[in-house]
Amino acid sequence: MPLLEVENLSKRFGGFVALDGVNLSVKEGERLGLIGPNGSGKSTLVNCICGTLHNESGSVRFEGHKLDGLAPHRRTRLGIARSFQLPRPFASMSVSENVRVPLLYTVNARAGAKIAGAAVGERCMELLRLVGLDHKAKKWPQDLTQVEMRKLELARAMAAEPKLLIADEAMAGLSHSEIDDILVLLQRLNERGVTIILIEHIMRAVMSFSERVVVLVSGKKIADTTPERVIRDPEVERAYLGQ
Amino acid sequence: MRTFIFFLVAALFGLLIFVTLRYFDNEYYFFAGYVVVQFVVLATAWNILGGYCGYVNFGSAAFFAAGAYSSVALHKFDPTKWMPSIFGLEIPLDFLAPLFPLPIPVLIVFGGVVSGFIGFGTGYLTLRLRGAFFAIATLALAVVLQTLVINWDFVGGARGAYIIRPATAAIFGSYIHYLFLLMLSLAVIAVGIARMIERSRLGYGFACIRDDELAAEASGVPTLKLKLIATTISGGLMGMAGAPFPYYIGYVEPGSAFGLAYTVNSIAMPMIGGTTSWIGPLIGAILLGTVQQVATVTISSAVNLLIVGVLLVVFVIVAPNGIVGLVQQRFREREK
Repeated sequence: MPLLEVENLSKRFGGFVALDGVNLSVKEGERLGLIGPNGSGKSTLVNCICGTLHNESGSVRFEGHKLDGLAPHRRTRLGIARSFQLPRPFASMSVSENVRVPLLYTVNARAGAKIAGAAVGERCMELLRLVGLDHKAKKWPQDLTQVEMRKLELARAMAAEPKLLIADEAMAGLSHSEIDDILVLLQRLNERGVTIILIEHIMRAVMSFSERVVVLVSGKKIADTTPERVIRDPEVERAYLGQ
Repeated sequence: MRTFIFFLVAALFGLLIFVTLRYFDNEYYFFAGYVVVQFVVLATAWNILGGYCGYVNFGSAAFFAAGAYSSVALHKFDPTKWMPSIFGLEIPLDFLAPLFPLPIPVLIVFGGVVSGFIGFGTGYLTLRLRGAFFAIATLALAVVLQTLVINWDFVGGARGAYIIRPATAAIFGSYIHYLFLLMLSLAVIAVGIARMIERSRLGYGFACIRDDELAAEASGVPTLKLKLIATTISGGLMGMAGAPFPYYIGYVEPGSAFGLAYTVNSIAMPMIGGTTSWIGPLIGAILLGTVQQVATVTISSAVNLLIVGVLLVVFVIVAPNGIVGLVQQRFREREK
């Protein structure tokens, strides 16, 4: 059984069809790249998977559960975490408190062992160490640089102990070495058993990271294959470069 | 444990104030003090929704008046004259007669429940409204409730209702001493609740909602549920502050119970004190409330709202995060 199964998903905004019958299946432990030109529906697809938007037709299944109509926080608790395209830190909280929220509301909301007391603080530091932000734990988000903000975004998503992490353009606007930083980070998470969907415009990152690449063009999936094949696909080339 | 100690210290502090005021042996201090403490409750209650969650409520007066009018209704209610009939079966309520008139602590609880329900209802109806739209909805709520009360003859309608308070209360002697102590206890409870929320899981959830609702949901925070909790607690506390009001003032009419002063003050006080912590509204209410009381006797009672307005403008420019924010900023700068 695939971890995530998107079936015939459609979403319209008024007369504009953002997603048109998209099918997608993601296996456990997979690294999937999702690419497409601007406005092709990548973020809409993510929003439909995470519950921020509700799809009109089709369905999303996660570990066999039907997710349609479920509120975003319930999906997070089931194990879908995301980072936002533009970092959205909780501005009035310190960096470590930012990471604390998913621990309190997602990890502790699940059945099983709860973490409490000093263990919460330790787990926060552990997560921040993982992304290399431990020295900024007591700082406020406004004091962070762009890369650090994106790392915080990933740390917060990881704090929810997800099975599936959707990184929505986690590297946009970063320099070469900063992109490598994030890639190493995502690679490490994947080795821990987290399935990752990477949405990115930076082809170098997508090609080196993904095991499989899905291409969306104006709401339709036009390719779903290995990275090597995708760059040679004439239809993908046409979508990106025009004819 | 810490919460227990806090409650203990706050209660002792309250008692100290009470004893000190009694020492002066001047009834006026109690009348003035009651209003200040009442604003501590209102400001703290407003802040639970407005400060912690970032949802600006322009309808404080409505919640306050709902508490006040629930007291009026219960005061006027005579169980010997009213016989409800269910399916044609008339049930005499005479057996309730010895309980009436109900003691004020019961009225406070009742007022809290009524306003809590109104808070819950408001929250439920405005769940998807944010920012200015939520504020407008609460403003509309105040207008709707006021219209209802004006047309409700049982509680006096537009004429208003007289509530003759007893001259004395057992143990305390003067009735105003009793009322003051009740309101003081309520303030201790309200501030204690606010502090408890702030340091709990709930407080983190509220802060997330204030900062970014989308990110909050993505972190597993059930934003809709938490908003309902906030509107209910906030509304309930405001109603509790309003419940003893008819006994304090002696004559309630819609215009005074739904007064602009309640709405404006319960917003201005947390803003001036600082909205992110329990101590902000406390400082703001004591400061602004005292200034207003002093101005009432020295200059004129009409100058009150002017003072609030001017102070609000000054603070928005000089210290947008209130007094608490100003102090925190100083500390942070020193750390650097």
